[in-house]
Amino acid sequence: MIGGLFIYNHKGEVLISRVYRDDIGNRRNAVDAFRVNVIHARQQVRSPVTNIARTSFFHVKRSNIWLAAVTKQNVNAAMVFEFLYKMCDVMTAYFGKISEENIKNNFVLIYELLDEILDFGYPQNSETGALKTFITQQGIKSQHQTKEEQSQITSQVTGQIGWRREGIKYRRNELFLDVLESVNLLMSPQGQVLSAHVSGRVVMKSYLSGMPECKFGMNDKIVIEKQGKGTADETGKSELGSGKQSIAIDDCTFHQCVRLSKFDSERSISFIPPDGEFELMRYRTTKDIILPFRVIPLVREVGRTKLEVKVVIKSNFKPSLLAQKIEVRIPTPLNTSGVQVICMKGKAKYKASENAIVWKIKRMAGMKESQISAEIELLPTNDKKKWARPPISMNFEVPFAPSGLKVRYLKVFEPKLNYSDHDVIKWVRYIGRSGIYETRC
Amino acid sequence: MTDSKYFTTTKKGEIFELKAELNSDKKEKKKEAVKKVIASMTVGKDVSALFPDVVNCMQTDNLELKKLVYLYLMNYAKSQPDMAIMAVNTFVKDCEDPNPLIRALAVRTMGCIRVDKITEYLCEPLRKCLKDEDPYVRKTAAVCVAKLHDINAQLVEDQGFLDTLKDLISDSNPMVVANAVAALSEIAESHPSSNLLDLNPQSINKLLTALNECTEWGQIFILDCLANYMPKDDREAQSICERVTPRLSHANSAVVLSAVKVLMKFMEMLSKDLDYYGTLLKKLAPPLVTLLSAEPELQYVALRNINLIVQKRPEILKHEMKVFFVKYNDPIYVKLEKLDIMIRLASQANIAQVLAELKEYATEVDVDFVRKAVRAIGRCAIKVEQSAERCVSTLLDLIQTKVNYVVQEAIVVIKDIFRKYPNKYESVIATLCENLDSLDEPEARAAMIWIVGEYAERIDNADELLESFLEGFHDESTQVQLQLLTAIVKLFLKKPTETQELVQQVLSLATQDSDNPDLRDRGYIYWRLLSTDPVAAKEVVLAEKPLISEETDLIEPTLLDELICHIGTLASVYHKPPGAFVEGGRGVVHKSLPPRTGSSESAESPDTAPAGVPAADQPSVIPTQGDLLGDLLNLDLGPPVSGPPVATSSVQMGAVDLLGGGLDSLMGGGSGGFAPAPGTAVPSNTGAPLGSGLGDLFDLTGGVGTLSGSYVAPKTVWLPAMKAKGLEISGTFSRQVGSISMDLVLTNKALQVMSDFAIQFNRNSFGLAPAAPLQVHAPLAPNQSVEISLPLNTVGSVMKMDPLNNLQVAVKNNIDVFYFSTLYPLHILFVEDGKMERQMFLATWKDIPNENETQFQIKDCSLNADSVSSKLQGSNIFTIAKRNVEGQDMLYQSLKLTNGIWVLAELRIQPSNPSFTLSLKCRAPEVSQYVYQAYETILKN
Repeated sequence: MIGGLFIYNHKGEVLISRVYRDDIGNRRNAVDAFRVNVIHARQQVRSPVTNIARTSFFHVKRSNIWLAAVTKQNVNAAMVFEFLYKMCDVMTAYFGKISEENIKNNFVLIYELLDEILDFGYPQNSETGALKTFITQQGIKSQHQTKEEQSQITSQVTGQIGWRREGIKYRRNELFLDVLESVNLLMSPQGQVLSAHVSGRVVMKSYLSGMPECKFGMNDKIVIEKQGKGTADETGKSELGSGKQSIAIDDCTFHQCVRLSKFDSERSISFIPPDGEFELMRYRTTKDIILPFRVIPLVREVGRTKLEVKVVIKSNFKPSLLAQKIEVRIPTPLNTSGVQVICMKGKAKYKASENAIVWKIKRMAGMKESQISAEIELLPTNDKKKWARPPISMNFEVPFAPSGLKVRYLKVFEPKLNYSDHDVIKWVRYIGRSGIYETRC
Repeated sequence: MTDSKYFTTTKKGEIFELKAELNSDKKEKKKEAVKKVIASMTVGKDVSALFPDVVNCMQTDNLELKKLVYLYLMNYAKSQPDMAIMAVNTFVKDCEDPNPLIRALAVRTMGCIRVDKITEYLCEPLRKCLKDEDPYVRKTAAVCVAKLHDINAQLVEDQGFLDTLKDLISDSNPMVVANAVAALSEIAESHPSSNLLDLNPQSINKLLTALNECTEWGQIFILDCLANYMPKDDREAQSICERVTPRLSHANSAVVLSAVKVLMKFMEMLSKDLDYYGTLLKKLAPPLVTLLSAEPELQYVALRNINLIVQKRPEILKHEMKVFFVKYNDPIYVKLEKLDIMIRLASQANIAQVLAELKEYATEVDVDFVRKAVRAIGRCAIKVEQSAERCVSTLLDLIQTKVNYVVQEAIVVIKDIFRKYPNKYESVIATLCENLDSLDEPEARAAMIWIVGEYAERIDNADELLESFLEGFHDESTQVQLQLLTAIVKLFLKKPTETQELVQQVLSLATQDSDNPDLRDRGYIYWRLLSTDPVAAKEVVLAEKPLISEETDLIEPTLLDELICHIGTLASVYHKPPGAFVEGGRGVVHKSLPPRTGSSESAESPDTAPAGVPAADQPSVIPTQGDLLGDLLNLDLGPPVSGPPVATSSVQMGAVDLLGGGLDSLMGGGSGGFAPAPGTAVPSNTGAPLGSGLGDLFDLTGGVGTLSGSYVAPKTVWLPAMKAKGLEISGTFSRQVGSISMDLVLTNKALQVMSDFAIQFNRNSFGLAPAAPLQVHAPLAPNQSVEISLPLNTVGSVMKMDPLNNLQVAVKNNIDVFYFSTLYPLHILFVEDGKMERQMFLATWKDIPNENETQFQIKDCSLNADSVSSKLQGSNIFTIAKRNVEGQDMLYQSLKLTNGIWVLAELRIQPSNPSFTLSLKCRAPEVSQYVYQAYETILKN
């Protein structure tokens, strides 16, 4: 298990050090070994797990802060990284951005958290919802708790529903569902799709009283087909199945509140949600993706000192919808001396520090196209190696789900309190963003 | 208020000041002071001098202050054990506190104070806390038992905490169960023999129930524990798998990987014919792909594991090539791992896409990555024959870029392509030669020199090219020197007239001016070979080369199986067994996959052909098996046994020197009494034609050749006199230097003279037949016996017998015809060239389906690994590699039967245990049992 946990600033100075096991030996040695071998190493990180003198260091970096978990045993490596990410989440939930200043300002809190969420190197309950009920940094509070309050805390921390406390009350029961998708594309210069997938997340913000039982439904092909068979006799009512398109989901993962065995057997998604915001599910689709934009590049080398670049982008969705925050990034060679750009729409600029022409368009409706052309002057070089031509990348935001996912329902049942599914106000929103959206040129 | 100010106090006399503050009456000031102390501790200052003052602050009702003091205690208690006792009272008191959070805090902290004196006081509070009414306290106490066990294992056992801990597995609270499982698993690791985690179907059921309810971390503990369980049959395995599969949809990647581990392990037990097996395989792919959208560090862990899974069960991800395409912004460690998996998944179906990608990668920035991409293109050419041409042209394009490391890498792989497809792509040699000057890495130089030497007859200025390398001979690395030596000798043999001077030059450089023994000895061999018999030299040096294998970097099968049991852990990231990086005995228990149940299926498995179909046109080979083994036979190093012995040895010599370091093994083998490489013992009569110059070297091997015959069993009575009208026949089988014989003693126990002996064999499994008539020169008088050695060959008719090694014999004399049957030991059929190349062995082992593996125990054998392998080698069972895994020796061996069937073996020898474990893999699994018998006979005699 995890033998110790250290947090460093970018200089390699230790901000937090917590040792859980003696086997990692002299703490100073471990601390120094990591500083010398990883933080001060000239090379970029070649592996997120570094073994120094039979001691393994798992490290992640957040802005310029390093988190390192140290062990001498054959630990579950995936668990250690998941834990480090979780640790970052928890810290962010408590004091915002992970920065040197914030860590120094909250070091007592961090030690208290580390004591709670890692015992002898074994991760314990690390749900912020539960932690915030008893790690508050107002230590005096414990004296005023009643016995019931105390046992409520402990049963939540250890209980089956560790992510939600009892007795939550809202005057207005409300929930928000965000379907957030990032569409990834790798296209060849000839316009052939080399790989494309959507990785999506369903984020829920719930403000519901009591312990509500929720059921979430979407246009999952498997469910629709199953229902289609079941209701085939009730003719006319099958518009759900055949009328609306269903999508094939390659794989999905769920927040720990979702009953996985039920999903496995019935493919229904039922859960008692945490209070506030959480990520209900993640999914991935690869079939029938709507690619919101197409990029058509044309690069011509005119002699050794000039490049001509022309890029056309075409929007490919309903004309009534508007895409936003469109940005096309056209890489330029390192020996670029000057660039002249002409674009029909938006603004384009050559950014020497980023070795790219950045073309920004605020809004663009569907089924439109726009074009940019640029002349790039090059300095003559002796460098034998040809320019690697990195791909042209694109960023955008569209108000629909490129995977085609639709939320069909989200039902809420709370048998103990007197509100019904109809009383809950529900909001659904779809946002499609570019992930890694690249076209080679 | 911010806490960062505590980090900045660096005044002199600080300790003194802190002391005063700690003893202040004001609570707020005390707390501030303790915070300063902790901050100093964090940055590495020694504040142990404040111990008594800090401990004095412990008695407080301020929880925050208490936690800080505890933190301090955990750090310094060990350095001040006597003073730490001062804290005990407070701990004991806190364990009785009405607030469960405080009770838990006390027991948690107490376990972290590793002072012997304190542990004694810990027992009572811990016992209470283990039975506390509050689950939060119980789950903390469960971990505390593991802590205590780490400090004083005996104490934990004496106090009976282990039993209490076991009871907690049935606790009503899932988190208590999870922590108890974690603690027990850890304790069990340090007592591998104890049956601490007594897992049985009932307790497994409890764990599976808790799995649905506990936190993500708890699920990991439980799954990791489940993976150590051995279901009693395939039905139980299936039912566990069914309950574990839902975990594959968990958001936490570690839960997913641990579930994959359980499934991969238990899948071993399921029959492939089950529908469920197929379903399970299908279910595994999507979650593995999903892991690749996690954060990069987790992607790396996932990819390292996928690398193992792809080797173990390629079918799971064979259609998912695209997801391993490298993204421009992937961190380098992710890129390199993806590339590795791409090569493994490359096949004819996806090769076009893969190549297009690889070409793209070869223009990237990172040098390591580009090199690996270029190398990958070469691997594709070798793996998928249809793509070879495209790969070569891609490589040529890359050479045109003139980027130094790309050119060098490309030349190294082109050499391999030449090896795989001789006489096909030589047209590119000219282009390669243009880049001669830019090569500065030994591997690339050696590759280029090899190409020049190999195709010397087609390169007009080969001599000039090689001569140019020769100028700086002594500055070259050994690799290049050896290659240069061989290349020039090849050149000389191809164009003797023009290059005599050159060859003399290189030979004298290698033999007289070099300190390197390898180089010197290789030089001498060539020299003597050339001076005594140029024809033999030609046969040796220009011999046909063995083909190179398609897969590289395969993990050894046993190691792979072990790593599969460690999916998700560090071992799977490092691709090393835990023993290689974990100190001491902890966590290094050797794990292995469960054996497949229902072993009967393996014998009848459809892909193993029946061995006994007689074939009219090719009587010597069992036809169906011959087909199966076709690819293996092609790789056979030597010509058939019947070929001239000189050729046999020389071909192998040639092969060895090309592989480099051939001399080491010859020499090393000689001093050890045997010649492990190049595969066969050379018959003694080869010494003469090879010339006296080599005599000293070859005498060694030649001597071994004659001495080493297979083990010969004592003669037994095959035909008792009573059944054969007075003729008694006893006999045995032997194998000497490649020829099999049946050694018979005929005794006349009748009253009349016997004459006109003849012998005939019925058709049998391996086509054994007398190679000469039975010759008894004089009539056999009463009470007289005669010893005869009847030579046998294996070109007779084939029919599958039961048992396989049954031989039915008819003997005739002037009185009557008598029939008897006998069982021959299988090792008389083990041929001399049964040593497989190491790479080939790995690939073949992997290639043979797992159902064909059979395991045997060889009991009561007290030999050590070295004597075992030398003993077996005497009977043509060759040790290819030896590995030591946690004190046990693993021998990897191969042998070949006269009909071309290869049998691969893994022999596990534990020094303390007289029982060896023998695993045999063969495409015709029916022979395994007889091979095992042969092993047993050889080893026990």
